[in-house]
Amino acid sequence: MATTDLTRRLTWLAASVAGSAEETPRVRTLDLDVPGWSGHRAGQHLDVRLTAEDGYQAERSYSIASPPGEGLAITIERLDDGEVSPYLVDDARDGDQFEVRGPIGGYFVWDGDEPGPVLLVAGGSGVVPLMAIARHRDRLGSTTPMKLLYSSRTWDDVIYRDELEQPGIDVVHTLTRAQPPGWTGYSRRIDVDMLREVAWAASESPRVYVCGSTRFVDAAADGLLELGYEPAWIRTERFGATG
Amino acid sequence: MEIRDLMLDGNALGGTMLELFGSDMTTVNTMCGNCGAHEQMARVDVYRGAGLVVRCRHCENILMRIVQGSARTWIDLSGIASLELR
Repeated sequence: MATTDLTRRLTWLAASVAGSAEETPRVRTLDLDVPGWSGHRAGQHLDVRLTAEDGYQAERSYSIASPPGEGLAITIERLDDGEVSPYLVDDARDGDQFEVRGPIGGYFVWDGDEPGPVLLVAGGSGVVPLMAIARHRDRLGSTTPMKLLYSSRTWDDVIYRDELEQPGIDVVHTLTRAQPPGWTGYSRRIDVDMLREVAWAASESPRVYVCGSTRFVDAAADGLLELGYEPAWIRTERFGATG
Repeated sequence: MEIRDLMLDGNALGGTMLELFGSDMTTVNTMCGNCGAHEQMARVDVYRGAGLVVRCRHCENILMRIVQGSARTWIDLSGIASLELR
């Protein structure tokens, strides 16, 4: 919250890897031990800074995957020509250290106390902050209706796939590049017809969180506006193609 | 890949601006000095190169540029008409 942030200068903190889990061949979750971490809100992100032996530094932002009240975890997708993500996904081992700062962001957050149903719209690794929101709902024991529309390239690219199969929020997948045999779900990019079938009616004044690439977010947000959603209901987070 | 694929949004400014201003700036309402559009900082267009270039998503006017070196930070705010903190 802005009022508490005013009293706190943001500084880089030492983080060490405390555990990891492979989510897909390209995506890994790292549990981080960060002494001095102040806690976070669902949907926030942190910045990671790597420093090379010659002093060269690279910074990237990653969404926090864990809900408030649980140990800090980030989920990273490897971008093959990236400067930071290949290390985090392929090479980081338990005990490795780097720097983080955060938590960051007061816009793309869900605290569980807003009225109305929630629609989460994820493109690829854009599911990460939305998973923190879904997990926060679960931890709160909230009865807020929540749906996730999740676009992935293939079934094997679905992050948190087993957890999303569990009862809880309503999950609708679309697989844009290839589908397993017998697939009966959506098999195209998100469009206004899909949103019309999946999204809450505009009359319910839903709260929406959209996270993905710029093109994905633009398509989803434009489609929701076409369905009569108000711009103020839609919170967006776009990520770029550098990692 | 096109330049638009490399674009970020104002959420990605959060860490740098929190460090510089000591307050979360992603919820601050900005008014573009060119077209007058109001937008939350989280929703502006951001390009990251040697520095950060922040553009109005409605008219592409440069709102802000931030360049950080080891000993100093340079911020150009000339494209912003006003900031509303709540």
